[in-house]
Parts: sequence; structure tokens; C-alpha cells
Amino acid sequence: MAGTGHAHLRPIEDVLLRVEDLVVEFPVGRTGLSVHAVSGISLDVLPGETLGIVGESGCGKSTTGRAIMQLPPPTSGSVIFQGQQLTTLDPAAMRAARTQMQIIFQDPISSLNPRRKVREIVAEPLAVWKRGTKAEREARVDRLLEEVGIDPRRAAESQPHQFSGGQCQRISIARALVLDPTLIICDEPVSALDVSVQAQVLNLLEDITAERGLTMIFIAHDLAVVKSISDRVAVMYLGKLCEVAAADALYSAPAHPYTSVLLESIPVPDPTVAAVQSPIEGEPPSPVLPPPGCRFHPRCPVASERCRTEEPQMRQIGADHFVACHHPDLTASVAE
Amino acid sequence: MSGRSPQAVQRDIKEPLLRVDNLSTHFSTRRGRVRAVDGVSLTLERGRALGLVGESGSGKTILSRSIMGLLPTHGVKRGGTVDFQDTTISGLKRKQMRSIWGSEMAMIFQDPMTSLNPLMRIGAQITEPLRIHLGLGRDAARETAIRLLNDVRIPEAERRMCQYPHELSGGMRQRVMIAIAISCGPTLLLADEPTTALDVTVQAQILNLLGEQRRERNMSLILVTHDLGVVAGHTDEVAVMYGGQIVERAPTKTLFANVRMPYTEALLQSIPKISAPSHTRLSVIGGRPPDLVNPPAGCRFAPRCAYAQQRCLDEAPPLTSDGDSSHVFACWYPVGSPTAAVATAGRA
Repeated sequence: MAGTGHAHLRPIEDVLLRVEDLVVEFPVGRTGLSVHAVSGISLDVLPGETLGIVGESGCGKSTTGRAIMQLPPPTSGSVIFQGQQLTTLDPAAMRAARTQMQIIFQDPISSLNPRRKVREIVAEPLAVWKRGTKAEREARVDRLLEEVGIDPRRAAESQPHQFSGGQCQRISIARALVLDPTLIICDEPVSALDVSVQAQVLNLLEDITAERGLTMIFIAHDLAVVKSISDRVAVMYLGKLCEVAAADALYSAPAHPYTSVLLESIPVPDPTVAAVQSPIEGEPPSPVLPPPGCRFHPRCPVASERCRTEEPQMRQIGADHFVACHHPDLTASVAE
Repeated sequence: MSGRSPQAVQRDIKEPLLRVDNLSTHFSTRRGRVRAVDGVSLTLERGRALGLVGESGSGKTILSRSIMGLLPTHGVKRGGTVDFQDTTISGLKRKQMRSIWGSEMAMIFQDPMTSLNPLMRIGAQITEPLRIHLGLGRDAARETAIRLLNDVRIPEAERRMCQYPHELSGGMRQRVMIAIAISCGPTLLLADEPTTALDVTVQAQILNLLGEQRRERNMSLILVTHDLGVVAGHTDEVAVMYGGQIVERAPTKTLFANVRMPYTEALLQSIPKISAPSHTRLSVIGGRPPDLVNPPAGCRFAPRCAYAQQRCLDEAPPLTSDGDSSHVFACWYPVGSPTAAVATAGRA
């Protein structure tokens, strides 16, 4: 699971964003140790594409999303967005670049300022960047609020706590869209919502990205949610990439043992399907002292001696299907 | 101490272990009376697992706490009765409930970090109920605790006994919670979203563990969850809650094969399916859950229901069945019935 390597990257001329060998480490107190949150990940996104990133908690998926935004800047590696190397930009240029990339967080209520009126929250980025006249700005905010299904008049006189969780997430989406970004990073945008509301927000994101040709990175732990919205999906484990593939290919023919385990672990709302027999034991190890070789080997059902010492490289096994594993399951992907 | 008597174990299994009759729990707030649980009746037999499913605010957690008698007395208006093992426990004082909690009925909560005492070692937290309820001595309690930790598959049980909750992972903490809950051999276990805070691979392990312990100990389980996938594989029966009421109840297989209540149908359809191709449009339930201070006069789901007719808005439907008495639903025009077909055709 090592997931170093660049086999899955596409030509730099074609992509909107390319992340190469991204490393993010955080010190652990004064111990001299560090948390290896992300350990050499490479990713890219085509304009208009939705890339899903899935993994369990602590796998580094949120850290990856934030490191792309330079929040905080990564320990090493490069992030090239619209041809610009973000890691070396000066603060003023970075500020300007951030208008083109917006992030939507998991908890819709705490990511909105509780003391301000909702309409002001959505309008603020426009005022900061002095886009258009006051009337133009107001018209734009109203149009956006209506587009995400929030009544602008109510938004003008209400604070975030007067809206439900789903509505607050719609407000966050409006705020992210107000500067007309090209890339949106969604970090678990629907995991705090009930299923019926989750479906509303997912449909809204789907419509908005389709209408505007927006590029999206969608980070979530729920495999079904990620599949429903993504064109391409990357699976992460303990700071590394396991598998990258077109959404349908990944789910119909998982090649990495970890991807299969994840898929088998999902409880299916159908009692005629036999209950999941815990496909693996144990929990992910600590990212402070990650295992050598393939990071998944201590829990992997097919691990061999080679997996304990040698880190597998990303390699191609299908049209748009890449895996970092010494013993991938190729039975399904050959037929692909 | 009040250990479970051997007769209790040998009781006739046909007799329901738990009978909840017309239970209601209303909270007094500044806005008025919130009808969090409003007239819920259910029975649960010994050794069976009941899934209680609903979205946030549907009353599933309040119902489970009302059954346990875990709600504050101040500002809470209760109605109805809870009978547990031939005793009416709904009117009991807190002091009397203490002999039932832990030894007869136990509960597992969603967040294993906040429900364990952060200042007590794991060992002390498991041996405490053993010593209080079962009257075990120090060494016997310690031995039992280690056996329990082995039962819930915690490796190196003896070393874990000396650790604090923060030294364990989320999955391990939830295993400890299960060990504590089953330590005194309760006959009823209430698990309130036991795997919601856990990763999907760990969730599968914990759910299997719960099922295994339930079968081994012949416990009844009430599994409270928002996840229809979780109840599908791990319960015998399912009750779907909406707006403080049970709107459909059936054996799990029957429910999923033959959904009658439009809310259950809509809920199932709004879940993204792993089998569907990517970018499949999700069906949504429009609108919002009812305000439980002023619930709708008729069916509480009617304002959001795709099949709603005038009668649904005026008159609240009772829980009824057609033919199969184990499958009840609260709907005037249940999915797949001739009346529904006529009603929706008339509108279209």
C-alpha cells in the first residue's frame, strides 16, 4: 500500500491540479517523533472532473485536502494548480489563488460565524475582493442563495443557528461559490446530515458542478456516497494511496485487498445478503510509527514476505485503473 | 446486591421480556411541549434483536432512554407503561431502578470516549459493577473481568486492565463498553448508535461481536441506529420511527422485502447504493421533519409524502396490518395496496 509512484498521473497540460509526492508531518510534542499524516501522495484532477478520496479516519484524506489549500503548507512535495506552484507562492499571490479554490467543511454549523447574518456571511468574500458595485454584489448573493435553495430575505435577517444542518451546508456551498472558483474541495460535506438531507445536498453538489463545469475533490469515509458523486476515486490508507480508478471500475473490480475489505465491510440495507463477516481484524496502526514496506501488510489477508520490506509502486492494471500492491486481485479487472 | 435469579433465566421464552404500552415522553420547553415520543407500543421477546431506526429527532434515542428510565424527572411529562420481566418499571424510583440497571438491563452509548470514566483504569471500570451487583470479591471480579475482555476479543487483556481509556482506540473502547454492559448478565441490552463513531471495518467487527454475545447469553437487544444497512444484517425485527411515533414495524426480512409505509420506502430510496453506477440521481424526501411542538394533525409524514391524500392531512392513521399481523404500518394508503393505486391514479 505504499502508493508511491506516478503511474496514475495524467499529462500536466491536461490537468487543473497536480499534487506530487505530498508529505505532511506534524511533530508529537517534544518527543522528536512525528505523525506521518500524509507520506508521499500524488494525485491529479482534470478540469470538470470530480475526484473522490475515501479512507478510514486517520488515513490522511482531510490533511491532503487541506495541504492542497496550503492550510497548512505541506512538509514537502509540490502542488501545481492552474500551472502555478502553490508551495512557493508569496502570501499575496496565495491569497489571490485561494479565490479560485474553495473548501466546504464537515460541520456546517460551526463553519459559519454564529454572530453574523447568513446573507452577510455569503456576501463577505465579494466585499473583501471588491468585486463589482454594491448592487451587483447583492444581486449575485441573492441569485446564489436562491440557487442553493435558501430564501434570500430570510437569510438577510437570520443567523446560522436559525437554520437546520442541511440548510447550513447549503449556505456553506453558496459561500464557496460566490467568488466563482474553479476548484471546490469538500471535506466530508454530508457526514453530519441525515440520509434524506444528505441526498438533497449530494444532488445539489452534482447539479452545481455539472452546470458550472466545476472541478471537485470530494473527501468522505462513506464509499457509497463517494461513488455516487465521483468520476474517479482514490483510496487512502495510513497516509498512502492504495488504488486509483474510474469510480465504476474501482467498485466493480477492486484490485487492492484494502479496497475489497472496505467494500465488504459496508452494511447493505438488504437482509437477504448475509451479514458481513468481519473481513479483517484489528484497526489501522499509529501513523507515528507506520509499518515498513506496504503499510497495510499487518492487516492484509494476502501479505507476503516481500510486502513487509518493499513498498509497492503504483502501476496500471486497466484503462483507468491503478493499484499499489504486490499481490493485486486481477481476476475482475482483466475482464474489464 | 441483586444477582439475577436462576428462575429468571429459565422463564418461558414465549412471554415477552419487555412490553411498552402507549409510552410518551414530552419535554416542557419555552416554545411549548415537545412530543419527543408520542404513544409508542412495542413488545420484545427474550433473545430477540429489535432495530429502532429513524432520522435525527425521530425520538429513537429518547424512546430507548425512556425504557431504561434514564431521563431527568424535571420538565419531563411521561405517559404509558413499561413492563420488564413482569415488573412495571415505568413508575419505579431511581433507587429501585439502580438494582435493575446493569444487572437486568444495560446500555451502550454512541461515544465510547465520553461514556467511560477518563480517570479510572479499564480494570476498575469493569470490576465495579461485578463487585456491586454480583458481590464478587476482588480476585474473583478481576478474573471475571479478564474473561470478559477476552470474550470481547481484546488482546492482552491483563495489560489492558491497567490502562486508561485514552490509551485505547475507538474500537477497543467500544469493546470495553460492551464488556461492562454484559458483565452482570443483563437480559436486555440497549445499544444506542454503538458504531456510528467508528470506521466501517471496525463497525463490522463490533456488530458481529454484539450479535455473538447476544446469542451466547440469550440476551434481547434493542439496536438504535439511523443506518438501515446496520439493522438489515443484525436484527430480527425493525421498528421505523418518524416524528416520535413508530410508523412501521415488521420482521426484518419482511420489512425490506415488502415496505408498506411511504416514509420507509422514501428513506430506503434516498440512500446512495454501492451497486448503482456513479452519478445515479438520488431520490430525496422534500421538506423537513415535523415540528414536535405542533405536529401535523393527520399523518405526521403527510406534508412530505409523495402519495398523501386529503384524508392523510386530516386524520392520523393507526398502526394496522393487512393479513400478516407481525407487519404493522401507520398509513391510509400503504405502498402496493389497491387503495393507494386508486388514490394516486385519481390524483395523476
